[in-house]
Amino acid sequence: MNIWLQILINFVFSFLSAISFALLINVPHRVLLACGWSGAAGWMVYWFLHRAGFGNMVSNFCGTLLVGILGMIFARIKKCPVTLFNIPGIVPLVPGVPAYLAIRALVMGEFVKAEGLIIRVAIVTAAIAMGFMLAQLGSELLSRASKYCQKHWKRL
Amino acid sequence: MKDVPASYSHEYMQIVIDTCLTAGRLMIAGGSEMYRVEDTMMRIAKNAGIKDPRVFGGPTGVFISLDGGAYAQLKQVRERNINLELVAQVNELSREFAAKKLSLYELQERLNVVAIMTPSFPLWIQLIGAAVLSSTLMVLFTGQYDWPDFPAAALVGMVGLLAFDGAKRLSKIRFLSEMLAAIAMAAVAIGLHHLFPILKPDNILIGSLMTFVPGVALVNALRDLFSGDLISGIARSVEAILTAVALGSGVGLVMKFLGQ
Repeated sequence: MNIWLQILINFVFSFLSAISFALLINVPHRVLLACGWSGAAGWMVYWFLHRAGFGNMVSNFCGTLLVGILGMIFARIKKCPVTLFNIPGIVPLVPGVPAYLAIRALVMGEFVKAEGLIIRVAIVTAAIAMGFMLAQLGSELLSRASKYCQKHWKRL
Repeated sequence: MKDVPASYSHEYMQIVIDTCLTAGRLMIAGGSEMYRVEDTMMRIAKNAGIKDPRVFGGPTGVFISLDGGAYAQLKQVRERNINLELVAQVNELSREFAAKKLSLYELQERLNVVAIMTPSFPLWIQLIGAAVLSSTLMVLFTGQYDWPDFPAAALVGMVGLLAFDGAKRLSKIRFLSEMLAAIAMAAVAIGLHHLFPILKPDNILIGSLMTFVPGVALVNALRDLFSGDLISGIARSVEAILTAVALGSGVGLVMKFLGQ
């Protein structure tokens, strides 16, 4: 398939999936579009990195980092908690396929295969959580820096 | 509007306690991070003029004590899911209270209104959401661009949500409703595969199960763990794992009986 078409499909679908998950978890409708943007941005970063040959962990981490940063920005603009943007934003990134395959393997009695898959789920989940933590750290540093600048404005 | 009783009188303290506990309970019921719950309760108490409030939020209950322990109460949290409208509304009310746009009485009243009737999307919009979510995520996750499965995943996603909604009315146990939804989804997916052999039930289920897969809950739990709220982090991860087990056993049952 044409690469541009693939990019278009991935972008539109990740946007739609984030918005539709936001509908399911009852996000206030004035922030729905912002949820879509952060979902699409996170997924596109993941997709490009994944295609470029980086591993699952790195690509998930970078995608989530962007979702986290975007969430902070949207939270400032819309004056809402960050969670509103982060939860729909990571929906395309959560390890759905390995989780499903792990359950399937368990049901079919293939325990060794299931073990590997479950560890993959755990690693990806941890990578996503780390991405959020780093984004939060960055925003805290930024707000501290801006406070410092405002305080010592005249001396600088 | 009633007059606010004198600060630090018995009545006033009771109102502060009740308001804080309601706010905390609503936020936990909406799936907020625990540090945000405690922070919001703390802010409300401080903005009400209490000097040394102490709060503790857990996944099944919130505690608060004012005035060095002279006033202490707890409130249980019975229902937990992810409902971000609750988090947003409580947050907004708390901001308005901090900006002195609301009095303590008004805040209490508004919180009680939010608790009774949370605005939510009607079922048909949620059904469209489930359909779009299932079909788009199937394409994203599998990366195979198999278009015959696209409408099938949408259909199965809608069936799952309907089954979940119906089962929720029958039983209070959430894991049971999730299992029933998974059974319905797997049965429809495999039935469709028998009707149209071109469809791949695995792909359909990967997409449509995402309506319920607790990936988000698991990430939330990990964030709680990382930020030091160990009790709620552990409890929430166990909850997420239980959901995954419920979904898996539902799908597995159908697969064992109907074949794949």
